[in-house]
Amino acid sequence: MSPAPPRPDPAFGRPFCANTEKYFPQPALAFSADRTYSEHMAQLSVREKLAVLSDAAKYDASCASSGAAKRNSLKSGGIGSTEGMGICHSYAPDGRCISLLKILLTNFCVYDCSYCVNRSSSNVRRARFTPKEVVDLTLDFYKRNYIEGLFLSSGVVRSPDETMGEMVEVARSLREDHRFQGYIHLKTIPECSQELIEKAGRYADRLSINVELPTDEGVKKLAPEKKPETIRVSMAKLRSKIEEKAEPTLQTKRRERFAPGGQSTQMIIGADQTSDEGILKTSARLYGSYRLRRVYYSAFSPIPDSSAALPLMKPPLMREHRLYQADWLMRFYGFRQDEITAGQKGGMLDLAVDPKLAWALGHRAMFPVDVNRADREALLRVPGLGVKSVDRILSSRRHRKMRLEDVGRLCASITKVRPFITAADWSPGNLTDSANLRGRLAPEPEQLSLF
Amino acid sequence: MMKHAAALHLARFFVVLDSETNFAGWRDAARRLVLNDVPPEDIAWEVREGAGLKGAGLPDIPEGAELRVPREAVSRLETAFCHSDPNRFGFLYRILWRLRNEPELLKIASDSDVRRFETMEKAIRRDIHKMRAFVRFRKLGEGDDERFIAWFEPDHFIVERNAPFFVRRFTGMRWSILTPYASIAWDGSSLLVGPGATKRDLPPEDGSEELWQTYFRSIFNPARLKVKAMQAEMPKKYWRNLPEAALIPEMIAGAEGAAKEMIARMPTVPAPHHAKVQAKHWPKREPQADNDGADAATIDELHDAAMGCRRCPLWEGATQTVFGEGPDNARIVFVGEQPGDQEDIAGRPFVGPAGKVFNAILEEAQIDRQITYVTNAVKHFKFEPRGKRRIHMKPNTGEIRACNWWLNHELALIKPDLVVALGATAAQALLGKVVPITKLRGQVVTREDGLQVYLTVHPSFILRIQEPAAAADERMRFLNDLKDVKKLMGV
Repeated sequence: MSPAPPRPDPAFGRPFCANTEKYFPQPALAFSADRTYSEHMAQLSVREKLAVLSDAAKYDASCASSGAAKRNSLKSGGIGSTEGMGICHSYAPDGRCISLLKILLTNFCVYDCSYCVNRSSSNVRRARFTPKEVVDLTLDFYKRNYIEGLFLSSGVVRSPDETMGEMVEVARSLREDHRFQGYIHLKTIPECSQELIEKAGRYADRLSINVELPTDEGVKKLAPEKKPETIRVSMAKLRSKIEEKAEPTLQTKRRERFAPGGQSTQMIIGADQTSDEGILKTSARLYGSYRLRRVYYSAFSPIPDSSAALPLMKPPLMREHRLYQADWLMRFYGFRQDEITAGQKGGMLDLAVDPKLAWALGHRAMFPVDVNRADREALLRVPGLGVKSVDRILSSRRHRKMRLEDVGRLCASITKVRPFITAADWSPGNLTDSANLRGRLAPEPEQLSLF
Repeated sequence: MMKHAAALHLARFFVVLDSETNFAGWRDAARRLVLNDVPPEDIAWEVREGAGLKGAGLPDIPEGAELRVPREAVSRLETAFCHSDPNRFGFLYRILWRLRNEPELLKIASDSDVRRFETMEKAIRRDIHKMRAFVRFRKLGEGDDERFIAWFEPDHFIVERNAPFFVRRFTGMRWSILTPYASIAWDGSSLLVGPGATKRDLPPEDGSEELWQTYFRSIFNPARLKVKAMQAEMPKKYWRNLPEAALIPEMIAGAEGAAKEMIARMPTVPAPHHAKVQAKHWPKREPQADNDGADAATIDELHDAAMGCRRCPLWEGATQTVFGEGPDNARIVFVGEQPGDQEDIAGRPFVGPAGKVFNAILEEAQIDRQITYVTNAVKHFKFEPRGKRRIHMKPNTGEIRACNWWLNHELALIKPDLVVALGATAAQALLGKVVPITKLRGQVVTREDGLQVYLTVHPSFILRIQEPAAAADERMRFLNDLKDVKKLMGV
């Protein structure tokens, strides 16, 4: 059977998906030749623009509002505060936290990256906010305690500097005109000028540049107009700016504010053929090279009006989850990237068990670990013991000998931990080396069901 | 009920607190009782709102008796006191009772009392956090009359405790948060705590709720439905006070259809404006042959060609090619090993710690920068990531050989009078073989093509010496080497 030929879809303003249609019983606005661009934009209400430009932003996984310097409005008399830990103000049914107003300034874009819903060849509905509309919307939402702040990104229109300039203007106006002390994250356009980066860093808590895909070949194939070299150099420049501004200046002895929440990046998983090993290698390199706070992994998700160049499938959510777990192991548990992926088939993480358990099952000789004597590094390698549990064990055992029951009170589930430790009254005996240990600990494959 | 009555009957002491949140009252009673050695099982606690604190019948503190508990424990008791568990007064008294003889008690997370205590603290923290997250203000009035009102139903007695957070965040607004047991209000300069309220006191819907719902709907990706994850963080009990939560059922119901529809839909033809955008922003260029720099007539041209170098795999991990720097007509060329972390980030050679040492000594030796060119044997940074650091790795023979292409072209364009090899890698690159650098240090080797190569150590060698006196000696030796070089140049 030969595939059906692509259907031309002349309705430029058609909604994204069946849902939007249902939620917005309104005539589709056609952006046709007999109407000018500005007429078209003037017709869209703020609500319509918000629908278009938040839908266009949802594929960016980052939502963190943490890591900012402590600030509040007591002195300024304005509004807004950041107190280290971010707050998730809501959760969408996709389980993702809604912390920031995550929108694009515009989803018009001159780039044609095949994985992106906003690529120039896509037929999605387009809209464009004015900087003032974004400022008003942010303040409006913030005052009702819907959000922690703003995560502003944008399609690139005309030139990188022009687009970045408008984004910086939004941040400037919030900070200077409205004394806004909430969180601001700006997505940085790699090709923009250093002056704009400097300004962006002054107003924003966090800056980020997306590496898009784990390998240069992937970027060349799927985002032909983007240059991985430029992206890398931009991240390098951000790192040196952040480090330079972290030093007190000679004259004032004070630190100038520059993106106190650091920089982060995102890569799309599953749009190209890179293995988990390749992805984690890239992450390790990015963390080491550019001192990133976070690397976000975004499972490639089918998008409305997708490109023929990409697989149409459900997003690989479990794979994304395992990658985050591996990422955590590298950052907080002292694992090296090659330890995590060594011995994994085809360089892919085991989807059935988490990477720490997979490592432990492959290194039984390292276990059992004595919870009363082992050092922090060894305890961190025990499946089922998190950083917090380990720290609590270390502090409790100074005062009393730990029995299995005591350990049970300090961790989420003792079943997983038991085979890998010895305690005052517990030795796993042959359990550690038993052939069916994996079977005992691997969760039953879960049938996904609809709610 | 029976059990409670029995306890009341048996209790030797009966404490009535006038409110659920009267920590000071509890603390005073507990202090008197502990110091009179009254065990937990001999006390019954009760709250009677508005009863007035009854201290009558409680023993006085014995002369000179003092109760010492760690300061941190006091503030933790105060936190746990906010819990809504009606048995908390007696339980916290038991903790205090034990703290007398076990001052480190709260550090023993494996103790079952401590475990229960920590669970209470955790519930409080979570409730405080959820209040910060899920309070939803509605606006009343405009301009100078603008006020914001919220209705929230906490699980525990946390409202007063949480008030300073809202003051810090919404200093410039006038607002009230109403809850069933207490209300707080901020008028722009002071905080008021008042009695509880009902949901009927909340003003009608705010126009912004519709915008917020629009956002909530649009930010949701139907292809990633994970209802359990959502409910773990936003339990249903909060939904009735969240304007966006009303949409959740229909969003879930429509999700699978929407996701399937996206997958099933065939790709369409490119949007009408696409061709124009492509022509304007990305004009087709003639495919260029890879520029290997062979025809470069200047260092600048060579530099540009080297930017895309793929002669060995080191480019993959590095940020950029770090090429040499200096005038085309330099008389002396310094060759280092490879760029380090700082050089890789800056894109310039000799800017890191070793580079700084080198530049300082170069200046001391009074060698003119106008006649010097600095470069490296290998032009990409080779490293192994280790957390937030990059551990420098020595380039291997293959990488040195691959990069010789650029070094040879640099030397051919510059035609220097003298080349200084800084360290073993540079010497290997320049002489084509491994040479014992410490043995040959200070010597000039003449290559077959007539190029004069002066051998010395790499400046990072000085930095690696831990002992200050030995490091100073080594620095002096290196300075003397550079003075030698200056003499050799006759400048």
